Amino acid sequence: MKLLYHLLPYLQKYRSTLSWGLVTIILANLLGVVLPHFIGNAIDTMQQLPKDGEKLLSEMIWYSLLVISFTIMSGVFTYYTRQTIIVVSRKIEFDLRNTFLSFLQQQPLSYFQKTPTGDLMAHATNDINAVRNALGPGIMYPIDSLMTLVFSLMFMFVKSWTLTLIALIPLPLVSLAVYYAGKTIHTKSIEKQETYSKLTTRAQENLSGIRVVKSYVREEYEIGLFEKLSTSYLKKNLELAKVQSLMWPMMFLLVGSSILLTIYFGGLKVINNEITIGTLTAFLAYLVMLIWPMIAFGWVINILQQGGASMGRLQKIIDREPEIKNSTDTNYVITDIDGEIEYKNVSFTHESANRTALKNINLKISKGSTLAIVGHTGSGKSTLINLIPRLYDITEGNLLIDGNDIRTIPLETLRTKIGYVSQETFLFSDSIAENIFYGVEDKKTDELISSASVSQISVDVEEFQNKYETIIGERGITLSGGQKQRTSIARAIIKNPKILIIDDALSAVDTYTEDKILHRLREVMKERTSIIISHRISTVKDANLIIVLENGEIVEKGTHDELVKLNGIYSDLYSKQLLEQELEKL
Amino acid sequence: MSMQDDEILGKAYDSNLMMRLIRYLRPYKWQVTGAIVLSMVVALLESVRPFFTKIAVDDNIAKGDKEGLLYTTMLFFAVLMIRGVMQFFNAYLTQWIGQKTIYDLRIEIYRHLQYRSLRFFDKNPIGRLITRVTNDVEVLNEMFSSGIVMVFSDVFMIIGIVWLMFSMNWKLAIITLSVLPFLFYGTFLFRKKAREAYREVRLQVAKINTFMQEHISGMLVDQIFNRQKKSFKKFEYINGAHRDANIKSIFYYALFYPSVDIIGSVVVGLIIWYSANGIIEGTVTIGTIMAFLQFNEMFWRPIRDLSEKYNIMQTAMASSERIFKLLDDKTAIIDSENPVSLNKTKGKIEFKNVWFAYNDEEWILKNISLTIFPGETIAIVGHTGAGKTTIINLLDRMYDIQKGEILIDGINIKNVSQVDLRKNIGLVMQDVFLFSGDVKTNIDLGNEEISIDKVKHSAEMVGVKKFIDSLQGGFSGEVKERGSTFSVGQKQLISFARTLAYNPQILVLDEATSSVDTETEILIQQAIIKLLQDRTSIVIAHRLSTIQRADKIIVMHKGEIRESGNHQELLAVGGIYQKLYQLQYKEQEKASLN
Repeated sequence: MKLLYHLLPYLQKYRSTLSWGLVTIILANLLGVVLPHFIGNAIDTMQQLPKDGEKLLSEMIWYSLLVISFTIMSGVFTYYTRQTIIVVSRKIEFDLRNTFLSFLQQQPLSYFQKTPTGDLMAHATNDINAVRNALGPGIMYPIDSLMTLVFSLMFMFVKSWTLTLIALIPLPLVSLAVYYAGKTIHTKSIEKQETYSKLTTRAQENLSGIRVVKSYVREEYEIGLFEKLSTSYLKKNLELAKVQSLMWPMMFLLVGSSILLTIYFGGLKVINNEITIGTLTAFLAYLVMLIWPMIAFGWVINILQQGGASMGRLQKIIDREPEIKNSTDTNYVITDIDGEIEYKNVSFTHESANRTALKNINLKISKGSTLAIVGHTGSGKSTLINLIPRLYDITEGNLLIDGNDIRTIPLETLRTKIGYVSQETFLFSDSIAENIFYGVEDKKTDELISSASVSQISVDVEEFQNKYETIIGERGITLSGGQKQRTSIARAIIKNPKILIIDDALSAVDTYTEDKILHRLREVMKERTSIIISHRISTVKDANLIIVLENGEIVEKGTHDELVKLNGIYSDLYSKQLLEQELEKL
Repeated sequence: MSMQDDEILGKAYDSNLMMRLIRYLRPYKWQVTGAIVLSMVVALLESVRPFFTKIAVDDNIAKGDKEGLLYTTMLFFAVLMIRGVMQFFNAYLTQWIGQKTIYDLRIEIYRHLQYRSLRFFDKNPIGRLITRVTNDVEVLNEMFSSGIVMVFSDVFMIIGIVWLMFSMNWKLAIITLSVLPFLFYGTFLFRKKAREAYREVRLQVAKINTFMQEHISGMLVDQIFNRQKKSFKKFEYINGAHRDANIKSIFYYALFYPSVDIIGSVVVGLIIWYSANGIIEGTVTIGTIMAFLQFNEMFWRPIRDLSEKYNIMQTAMASSERIFKLLDDKTAIIDSENPVSLNKTKGKIEFKNVWFAYNDEEWILKNISLTIFPGETIAIVGHTGAGKTTIINLLDRMYDIQKGEILIDGINIKNVSQVDLRKNIGLVMQDVFLFSGDVKTNIDLGNEEISIDKVKHSAEMVGVKKFIDSLQGGFSGEVKERGSTFSVGQKQLISFARTLAYNPQILVLDEATSSVDTETEILIQQAIIKLLQDRTSIVIAHRLSTIQRADKIIVMHKGEIRESGNHQELLAVGGIYQKLYQLQYKEQEKASLN
């Protein structure tokens, strides 16, 4: 019932189609349910008129045509039932999946860090599927079955109510058997699936650690372990097989008993002249008609239960409000930014961690200047810059852009004006052109080429056969780490950003190319603000300001020359890199 | 990649593959025979139902024989019971056969994988190998169980029905069978269309999944580039294609089921129409009509089942082709035919003019010559990519060298069995690999020859016992996948304990570079001293303390040995070592002084 409540808004959209579906179900059943009646009458006529050949033949032709034409009419409505109700369920599935994606799109970075992609994928596939099942077959079959049941019972009761009662005795057991078997099968399947994933995990671990296995000569032991897991998987499968193997014979037995009871007691009634042989035939035909509804009842209850549970899970996710969004403080007058950034006593703590990631940061980056950040892994470099496009919101202090609190700037404006190249370059499996054009509305070829040449990816692209139309990723070519980084730099530049952020995204580019990129960037970013994180001195040495982060604090601050003289972390890093260069030359 | 590989649909039937698959049924030939016999009997018992109706109507009811009716019904009930029981056993037995067979196949693949060499793993991504062991094998289950045995059941069912019909009334039988071609054709046409539609649906599902996966991973990019709306449009399009593909398949179902009913009703019409004549002629009884009406309903299930077998075969062929391709890849390091036994080495190691490349002629090691005497410790130092790790791989014979010789106690390692060789060499890798399970198993790796006392003693020796004891469950404490709940240092110490428990004559240690806290660092340094004691050791050193303890330092650079000697000597030379020292080790000296 909870399921229906959550789904009501989705169902409402299609209420007229669904109403038509309902009408067709009723009509299809009404037309179908008279068939046994015709057959019974035909048989009775044959029984009573064995001598008058002409008349019998014409009557029989009449009955034949009745049977065929009613089946055709009923079939047409059955066709429309599927075409309405089941089709609607697919449409709702479509709507639900769209809702799910647009929900995801609003979630901040932290949401994806704490929710495994696999879980989200499982919701998108398994849960939505279960809801779809509950919506389509879950609606169609119960109504259909109910109609069949009601109409057939009406006919049967009219013909002989005592025989009806006798014939019906085993049928509720069918529903019950299907319900319990369905339930057991569901739980057993889950158990089986769990064992299966254990098996998969072991194989995964074993193959990842194959070196250890080999160097300690543990192959046989590993095979033994895998055999154990396979055996328990085998057992789970056989347990499931047992229930499944039991279910159908049980059903056939129950249905068979019902037919048997009808033949025996119906037969007695025929002998006693209480009913005709035709009525007995009709009864047998009705029983065949009732088998499926009985199965469906038991089955549908399971489907609805699973669908309800899934919808509950989905709803819980979808109801979640995104933490980072425009609010009442948002000043929609702001439509552009200049690029001056100021951190005022900014501290930041990650939601899940108790350690503060940034402590009391004070920093002013004026418009048109370049800031470089160096520091060890985990010193807070990425966190510091992630605050600017509001991937996280600061927990203490103030972050100002052009003197405005960052939270007053509309999120779209802010992000449109920021060019961001993340540490882990992420490109979509699409053409290079589409990847570079990713953040712009007008796709202008000259801008594509100029931004690609700034980031130095143009040289590589020219060598590809399909140039900018080359597809990247699984279906196309694999770019090297450096090429990926340069492509994502082009993607950021083409946006014409007021603030450009490069998070260690030159690490896989050789120093010679890097030098060229930085040189071109300086021209492009002349009037704007750039922030570069790097481990390489060569990348940062020409920046207007360099800061060194350590444990979330700024420990050194100044220009290259100033910092080298300081004899601290920066100068140490510098001398090491000089040594490395010397080593390379040896 | 692997997805494309898995999408390939092969031929529906390939006799070579089929023969090879059938071979897996051989151990269960009696069960298979039993299942076939059972399914024949079940099919036969199933098809006699209309026959009983006829007897009840014509012989009992028409003649007013109440006792006979009871007798017929009881007999019918008995048949029903027997059939139910047999059907259960048959269904269970076929599942059993399927499960047993794929169990065997799965173990065979797994065993095959265990004995491939590292070269094999270099060229086969793990993900794909896992798909072979899991999914591909799983697909075969259906073929081994329902695919093979149930074909008999369906065929016998059809034969049984046809036979009974003809024995009752051949004219009515022909009339009933007259629509069979339509039913066959309709069913197979539907199957074909449904299969196509299903394939389209699957394609769209894959697209949706790829999109979701990609856009969840790249959500950050989407948001920063303000692309949510556009991405949503794109998704809506794919999602819509998925919906439409499904709606198309609904269309086929919506058309098919009523069509089957209509074909059935034509038969009913024909039976009624013909029976009118038959009744007058006295060739048809009421019971016969009722029996034929029932036969008519029983036909289409076996036909539908048979048409499904096509799908099962097709996917099974594709999977088995991939599996057999894997089983036929015999990439391995082969032991020599008469290996020299090497029970316990003295520990002398020689590299004589060794050349090695992972691919073709891209030499990673160039003409390496090196002798290590029993009990000596050699430290190998060098910059990234100098070829240090490769030396370890070669000594353990994970790869075979192209030129030169590697000798242990003067015996070429190619003449020693890999088991003997590796028993004598203890390897501690840079990235410690822990298996999920418990701590004890991670130390003894399931080797029953290593007692729990020895495990504990080893842990004690490397100074990790205190930590293990502090875990919930102690040595039986849980280790998560890859030891994710342990720190880097703890993992290293556990792997040291592992090596010590195996007590090898030769130790190969690839020191980890990652920094650990001071306390753990002291533990590790002390543990390394214990490890090196009384063994021939090769250490890829990152610790100054380890280097200084070595008998000899080998400096590798770009695949060659460029300098060798002790710490002081090498520093005095002022070459590569001196630079490496400043780069990597000097700081440690500073730190240890503080």
